[in-house]
Amino acid sequence: MAYLKLDHVDKVFTRGAATTEVLKDINLTIEKGEYVSIIGHSGCGKSTMLNIVAGLTTATTGGVLLEEREVNSPGPDRAVVFQNHSLLPWLTVYENVRLGVDKVFARTKTRAERDAWTMHNLNLVQMAHAKDKRPNEISGGMKQRVGIARALAMEPKVLLLDEPFGALDALTRAHLQDSVMALHQKLGNTILMITHDVDEAVLLSDRIVMMTNGPSAHIGEVLEVALPRPRKRLDLATNPTYVKCRQRVLEFLYERHRFVEAA
Amino acid sequence: MSMPALTNDRASNVVPTASASSTASVVTMTPKQAPAAERYVKMAREVAVRVVPPLIVLVLFMLVWELLCRRAGSALPPPSRVFSDTRELIFDPFFDHGGIDKGLFWHLEASLRRVAIGYAIAAIVGVALGTLIGQSVWAMRGLDPIFQVLRTIPPLAWLPLSLAAFRDGQPSAIFVIFITSVWPIIINTAVGIRNIPQDYRNVAAVVQLNPLEFFAKIMIPAAAPYIFTGLRIGIGLSWLAIVAAEMLIGGVGIGFFIWDAWNSSHISEIILALFYVGIIGFVLDRLIAVVGKIVTRGTATN
Repeated sequence: MAYLKLDHVDKVFTRGAATTEVLKDINLTIEKGEYVSIIGHSGCGKSTMLNIVAGLTTATTGGVLLEEREVNSPGPDRAVVFQNHSLLPWLTVYENVRLGVDKVFARTKTRAERDAWTMHNLNLVQMAHAKDKRPNEISGGMKQRVGIARALAMEPKVLLLDEPFGALDALTRAHLQDSVMALHQKLGNTILMITHDVDEAVLLSDRIVMMTNGPSAHIGEVLEVALPRPRKRLDLATNPTYVKCRQRVLEFLYERHRFVEAA
Repeated sequence: MSMPALTNDRASNVVPTASASSTASVVTMTPKQAPAAERYVKMAREVAVRVVPPLIVLVLFMLVWELLCRRAGSALPPPSRVFSDTRELIFDPFFDHGGIDKGLFWHLEASLRRVAIGYAIAAIVGVALGTLIGQSVWAMRGLDPIFQVLRTIPPLAWLPLSLAAFRDGQPSAIFVIFITSVWPIIINTAVGIRNIPQDYRNVAAVVQLNPLEFFAKIMIPAAAPYIFTGLRIGIGLSWLAIVAAEMLIGGVGIGFFIWDAWNSSHISEIILALFYVGIIGFVLDRLIAVVGKIVTRGTATN
């Protein structure tokens, strides 16, 4: 049984008389606990796809099913980690996480439990030490950690990552990839991640969904990454399966679906 | 926990001096702490840089004024005359002989009270209407053009109409203050609300904040820098308007005090009153700026 299912999703943007078909007939099923990445050139509609799952955009036709039930509005069961962290700058790190906790567990947890749960999640991403800092007082990597904590704290059924490491430098990105991998191992979340980084996709995912170029982007190919977990970044570099997977994705992106710059 | 990669992140965050004490191989670096006397000198210098130049200009200005106006038959009194004429008013601002024969403190207090009431109403109405216009496209289409016309009406033009409506000076003056200061508050609030990043709206949507929570937790803090810009312009305008309005409605108030002094040819008193009006206007402006700075800390610098 599919846990999360995108069923014949089309998305058409209409501006005045002009219509652009962004996504065409997207079908994808994701099992519980699976880590799925969506990769494609920029402008291929992968962010739109994530927004449809998140409920921030509605599909023109087709729909999204989570545990057999249709979802078409945003909710904490599909928490999003945004590319640019989107922490509220007037709240402290703690308050940013607590905002979601207070809403999601308003009835099921006492005040003290919500406090403990907030701290627990900050601890998971190793940001408890900065709980009273404001977002502009911490580094980009730390902000993204807090963004992850905020999403995790809502206990989502599906965690949606929208190019979560895109705005970070290479070293910080590697750190965060490792911690997301560790969290996935530990908590067993179902994760859908948007990325444009081939290594990141292969390193983290169970399956990689490759998108063709837009307009009318669709799923070109789905690749299973049959690498055992836990995965170690250093060991993988020479692992034949890893190299093969990487090769497949690169071929897809740069040979068969070269990005044609819109002149 | 099984996240070895993370541990470095935390260490790199610690101030060098703190980590240095735990590892012997690292040379300890104590931040240079200036001795107390040196710091005071530095502080005094900073204050002097701000205060001395305007003081010099002020003294020069007074000197020129004194020289220009001290000859017999000049229309305006020199500063020395202003001081000697208004000595009583300066040193005893609290006297009260009934009617409008009161010390300057009472006149200023009456004016400030009117401004406070009118401005407070303007702030509440302005933020509320601004939020409506910023949030709803239809409210903007319907109200914005009308507001753009209304806001260009000079404050005093409203006075006769409000006198006709309220049949009393006090509420009319308050209404003029309100109608003067409400426009910049509305317009700036609306711009602030419209400029709330989509990201914050997305966060609110995912967390499922209800409209009231969204207003209090996202909209107001996110728009606060804009709102305070409007509030600051508003307070300046209302202080501008009160003096003119009071000249016409009479009674106790700094505006009428000036008008009364003119009618009695007490030019020195006018000059003294202008000095106070300027200082208070400056203080009001700074006050809103400081409140804004405190409230919007964190928000503005993102």
